[in-house]
Amino acid sequence: MNKSKRQFLGRTLGVSAGMAVTALLGSSRALASVEDVQKAIEAFSGGKTPAEGVVTLTTPEIAENGNSVPISVSVDSPMSEDDYVESVMILAEDNPSALVATFHFSPASGEAVASTRMRLARTQNVLAVAKMSNGDVYSATNNIKVTIGGCGG
Amino acid sequence: MKRNLLIVLLGTTSLYSMVSRVALADPSEGPLFIDGEIEMITRTESVDGHPLPEVISGWHYRTESTQALEADSFENPGMLAVEEGEVLWSTVEGSEGKSCESCHDDAAESMVSVGSSYPKWDEASGKPVNIEQRINMCRVENMGAEPYPFDKGGQKQMTAYIKNQSLGKPVEIDVEEGDMQAWWERGKEMYYTRTGQLDLSCASCHERNNGKYIRADHLSQGNVNGFPTYRLKQSALVSLHNRFRGCIRDTRAEMPDAFSDDLMALEVYTTWRSQGLSVETPAVRQ
Amino acid sequence: MAAKPRVKIPKSAAAGDIITVKTLISHKMESGQRKDDEGNPIPRDIINTFTCTFNGKPVFSCDMDPAVSANPYFEFKAKITEAGTFTFTWVDDAGEVTEMTKDIALK
Repeated sequence: MNKSKRQFLGRTLGVSAGMAVTALLGSSRALASVEDVQKAIEAFSGGKTPAEGVVTLTTPEIAENGNSVPISVSVDSPMSEDDYVESVMILAEDNPSALVATFHFSPASGEAVASTRMRLARTQNVLAVAKMSNGDVYSATNNIKVTIGGCGG
Repeated sequence: MKRNLLIVLLGTTSLYSMVSRVALADPSEGPLFIDGEIEMITRTESVDGHPLPEVISGWHYRTESTQALEADSFENPGMLAVEEGEVLWSTVEGSEGKSCESCHDDAAESMVSVGSSYPKWDEASGKPVNIEQRINMCRVENMGAEPYPFDKGGQKQMTAYIKNQSLGKPVEIDVEEGDMQAWWERGKEMYYTRTGQLDLSCASCHERNNGKYIRADHLSQGNVNGFPTYRLKQSALVSLHNRFRGCIRDTRAEMPDAFSDDLMALEVYTTWRSQGLSVETPAVRQ
Repeated sequence: MAAKPRVKIPKSAAAGDIITVKTLISHKMESGQRKDDEGNPIPRDIINTFTCTFNGKPVFSCDMDPAVSANPYFEFKAKITEAGTFTFTWVDDAGEVTEMTKDIALK
């Protein structure tokens, strides 16, 4: 948090250089991240492409500080012994590392509902991918705007 | 020329969007109840001589999710520090074999009006003292313990625990006692003096422009009723003097030391300005 | 000196009730992405697993990555079919285990 001016400058230059390269080559950091996210989803879903629906993701439209962004996920399911939600993986596409957390439920959960707080490095999409006990996979995506450039600590 | 015109037009558009954003940035509606039970005074008529007609808690300037975090004493991460303070309250330290509890018993009774009434005039030192300093005086004089260094060793936790006993009580300090008026005057002068490379005074942001944005920060009135405050940025409790120093640093000025006469005068003056608002410690801010 | 974890559940519930469980623990959740004032990387140090069981059976758990905020908070549900004991366990990168139990009675 306590960056010296030189470190800050170095980082800023690094970012500008990165952007210049991106512009020249027509590729982007975000694309690489999308690949990471795809890989993570495939590993989690066993190669299945998630269907839309069933998952409800609740996040603020604007996060006042990226250090603590509330996230709530809810999945429609009877949560019975033979039909329940096994896991929900949370991913943040544009974080340095996309994985945020993975919730594991059981029929004893009663409802597949969970909330936590996460760090977001910048404005980006956050995904929740749910895996059901029968192997079906669903996902939901929200965009969250992250406020950067406030007063320092 | 055409290109310049375009830039001007774009500039105008973004100015308009900024203005509309300002219009949307009025302090939010209340009220704030902690756990749906303790009603907090977050907007009230200011005291005589205050330059603003109404004092408004910083809570109103935050987004809904930050507000919700303060309204639930279980979810408020600042309460973890308050609980640490509670443990320290009954922990024996120093040569006299005493804890705070040895003399002050149940903090819920003995400290209930302490958190809302500091800084106070201290005749012995001929200066105002705040809660952090009062705790240290007690540690040295009565417990035979080392004083807490600034922001360390449990100072923030103990201060937050004591102030939390006054949760909901309106801030009210005595600026008539002893030489408090002189300190109030000195604090007022600091408040209105522009400093630093950015040439800003406290009043530039928190009096004249509260409700507007400075870059991405929604400026509050800078009231001090919620300190120590849990700040999402640090994800930890932040003391008042730490925040004073942070604000002064942001104007790119030399920072006075914590508990220096300058910052004590500023604490007297800003606490006077915050009177009537409930103690919110530990408030939750961005 | 770390605070004890906080856990909130109702004292009792009727058989078949789905209750809300809230937990909060003090931890800096050092992400491993930051550098100190000298520019050296600060090593990752996070709570990586949280588990909740009821009478020994799994109810809810979470695998955490460094993007979980400092002082991890969880809210989830549990279906109560009998009286018993919840066990909450947090494990960090150093292998340190923090455990807490809470009883619930049947109405």
